[in-house]
Amino acid sequence: MTWEAVREIITMGLVLLSSLMCFAAGVGLIRFPDVLSRLHAATKPQILGLMSIGAAIAVNNPRIGIFALLTAIIIFQGLTAPITAHMVARAAYRSDHLRRDLLIRDELSVSVEQVEQGAAVEDPDGDKR
Amino acid sequence: MSPESGASRITARSQIVLLIGLVLLWCLVWGQFSLLTVVSGVALAVIISLVFYLPAIDLSGRINIWRTIVFFLRLIVDIIGASLNVAWLVIDPRYKPSSAILAIALDTRSDIIMMFTAEAISLVPGSIVVDIDREESVLYVHVINVKTDEDLEKLRSSVFATEKRLVMGIGSKDDVWRVQQPNELTRSSVRRK
Repeated sequence: MTWEAVREIITMGLVLLSSLMCFAAGVGLIRFPDVLSRLHAATKPQILGLMSIGAAIAVNNPRIGIFALLTAIIIFQGLTAPITAHMVARAAYRSDHLRRDLLIRDELSVSVEQVEQGAAVEDPDGDKR
Repeated sequence: MSPESGASRITARSQIVLLIGLVLLWCLVWGQFSLLTVVSGVALAVIISLVFYLPAIDLSGRINIWRTIVFFLRLIVDIIGASLNVAWLVIDPRYKPSSAILAIALDTRSDIIMMFTAEAISLVPGSIVVDIDREESVLYVHVINVKTDEDLEKLRSSVFATEKRLVMGIGSKDDVWRVQQPNELTRSSVRRK
């Protein structure tokens, strides 16, 4: 088997893996019950999908320029995807778009209560955030 | 040396590290490291950091290359394992949704360590940071597929392990000391049953 063929096979495997990950993200969006769990499905397997499709491009086209660009893309995605997930999750929690019955423990609600009680003591007008 | 000049020297050093980061990124985007990209990168980095001025990030000034590499390798392994895990959950017809939100009080007092820990655990599928209490260094983490208290404690200790790996890599000496103490001594009082 030539080096070319090996490279093709590796590329195919990686592309297949990444498309499976994107597929899982899509199915998860439909199957998971609330915003917070859907975020897990929507933002996460996709990172592995991106990494493996990047690896596929690098294997198929090994040049330093491509490699550098892919590194930049993955760094940017890696830095921004969690922030997006965090912002959406935070907004969802604060606007009560979650299924509390599915949570086996919620330590954030305890803290929120404490803060609200503290705010009520300090400031009777109830100037909540 | 007065403490002020020490502080400004540290700030200047962090600025230079960040400038180098920006130039590197610029070269990565161009896909080449020629004289032209480096020079234009330096010029742009200086202009950007003057025009879009932000308070300097407080880098610890300490870096252990080996530990940092360990951190990133472990992060990649975690991403791969957990991605497959979440992908399987999505498809598994027997999966019953069951999740939790945990308050995890970190040891570190550094913004950047807290930020990178939050990034790292958010990047690993299965956990999302819902909220952050900066003053107390508490991360509120939403996790899926947890059924028992044991699962929760497992997740908690994996977050601490991530924090520890990161602090060993780029944390300040103070933070390194703190993560090496037994947890109960240093963790802030918000921890509850």
